[in-house]
Amino acid sequence: MDIKDIVKEENLVYKKTSLMTDNVLSYCPGCGHGTAHRAVMEVLDELGAQEETIGIAPVGCSVLAYEFMNIDMIQAAHGRAPAVATGVKRCYPDKYVFTYQGDGDLAAIGTAETIHACNRGENITIIFINNGIYGMTGGQMAPTTLKGMKTSTSPYGRDLTSMGNPLKITELIAQLPGTYYVTRQAVHTPAAVRKTKKAIRKAFDLQKENKGLTFVEIVSNCNSGWKMTPVKSNQWMVENMFPFYPMGDIKVDGQLVVKG
Amino acid sequence: MGELKLMKGNEAIAEAAIRDGVDAYFGYPITPQSEVIEYLMMEQPEKRTGMVVLQAESELAAINMVYGAAAAGKKVFTSSSSPGISLYQEGISYIAGAELPCVIANIVRGGPGLGTIQPSQADYFQTVKGGGHGDYKLFTLAPSSVQEMADFIELGFEIAYKYRNPVMILSDGMIGQMMEKVELKDQKPRLTEEEIKKLHGTWAAIGKPETRERNIITSLDLDSLKMEKHNHHLQEKYRKMEEDEVLFETFNTDDAEYLIVAYGSSARIAQKSLALAREKGIKVGLFRPITLYPFPVKALADLAPQLKGILSVEMSAGQMIEDIKLATKCTVKVEHFGRYGGIIHSPEEVLEALEQKIIGG
Repeated sequence: MDIKDIVKEENLVYKKTSLMTDNVLSYCPGCGHGTAHRAVMEVLDELGAQEETIGIAPVGCSVLAYEFMNIDMIQAAHGRAPAVATGVKRCYPDKYVFTYQGDGDLAAIGTAETIHACNRGENITIIFINNGIYGMTGGQMAPTTLKGMKTSTSPYGRDLTSMGNPLKITELIAQLPGTYYVTRQAVHTPAAVRKTKKAIRKAFDLQKENKGLTFVEIVSNCNSGWKMTPVKSNQWMVENMFPFYPMGDIKVDGQLVVKG
Repeated sequence: MGELKLMKGNEAIAEAAIRDGVDAYFGYPITPQSEVIEYLMMEQPEKRTGMVVLQAESELAAINMVYGAAAAGKKVFTSSSSPGISLYQEGISYIAGAELPCVIANIVRGGPGLGTIQPSQADYFQTVKGGGHGDYKLFTLAPSSVQEMADFIELGFEIAYKYRNPVMILSDGMIGQMMEKVELKDQKPRLTEEEIKKLHGTWAAIGKPETRERNIITSLDLDSLKMEKHNHHLQEKYRKMEEDEVLFETFNTDDAEYLIVAYGSSARIAQKSLALAREKGIKVGLFRPITLYPFPVKALADLAPQLKGILSVEMSAGQMIEDIKLATKCTVKVEHFGRYGGIIHSPEEVLEALEQKIIGG
């Protein structure tokens, strides 16, 4: 059987969305960013929203998100993406506007912009990639770095008394009346990717209904920064990140999810 | 003739923004310019023209809201005062780097630090020499009346769109707070989304149709050769501004042996000093730069040969004097006079400084 006999429309089970460009990803092999990008772009593709979407790229590993996402995009200063998104959305209330930010960008330097955009209930979607480290600058401590976790600026492990506590920004913003849907997901298994895509779809659908700010955290790995193989980093993430940053919805329909 | 009103400078600039068809204003309160956002909130321009007005959580957020809206092809205005403008600098550098049009007003107060809420002109260096990081230029207009506060909105946006560059209206607490008669222009319509697509669709991030490549607004390029090329392009743009967009005014310069150079409030005060000096028979003229960047280098250099001395007058410890010395290549004696830290000099003080530092000195 020739390859041409296999590559046929009726045999197609999956194809790359045209909302991802053909540029080679700048992320380290094994990193979750590429999968997270694809999940967001597949949802926008399903919505037929390419012409109606403006994305905001942050500073961090995903600073070049605009090289890979085949939509109009604006690259924001470090931490300011929610303010930039506010400026766009207030002028184009009918378009889809989202930010794609890492933990340093969203939960350290951009904390004020994050909290106030959430509190104003801006009708935007925030995609928050939390890998507990500053990846792009070479593996420094992030606001979400776990207790005892070694990074280049916490080489003996994060010491809570001198370096502060890891910040659960997602639980924090869920308390604000302006947020409508807040969830925490992952992209390390096919099942997790499917759930994440569902969450992103829900977030954009609610944005269209002007329900308020929708927030999807994706706990992800940083195999380079964590100095592990991709497989090991995903195991470590499940064993160490998930207990502190538990998976699942935190706020649905504007109501905090009560966990028994 | 347009509608005549008695208004504060801060109110006039806000009303002019509504009438010029501005799409959005983002700001944060700070004295002595809070009347700008207060006026806009009171006027409810969303009902008059659909203009968006939003009070941000900080100046950092405000300037980045400006960045976002401008990146999406919208006509955006913001205002602040010195300490707030310091916080704007990061955003201004990004706006200049990404080549976005917008108008920013600085109603300057005395510094450094929290300083004072009284008028000053000590932000000259910050405005025309950079302020933020990188090689960029902020086109700077200096109004010296409430009328010009209103007029420079339209002029500012013309320049901002012509060059896709941020424009600063460098005013101060005196012009912002004082009331004068102002003639307001008729209401201009805001651009429709279709018009924005037509005018700015080649570059603005307004949603990618299948028919074109995606529009990306960024100031980043990790390829240094490309970044150098981008910088060359910016510099060419700045040279063009310097060639074509210089504005200034002169008073009694034809027979002048001495010259006062002053902008904004100081130029207004110096007009009285000029009258007092002429009464005493002193042959002095006044040169008022209206654009501070680009500075009127050639016009000043052309005047230099007939002059025995120049007094640079500004409410600062002496900042513009450096540009006057560069323009005249130190062929004429140049001295500085100015009260600062929130004090406004009197016309008599300016005349006295002219007599002591230039004529007698």
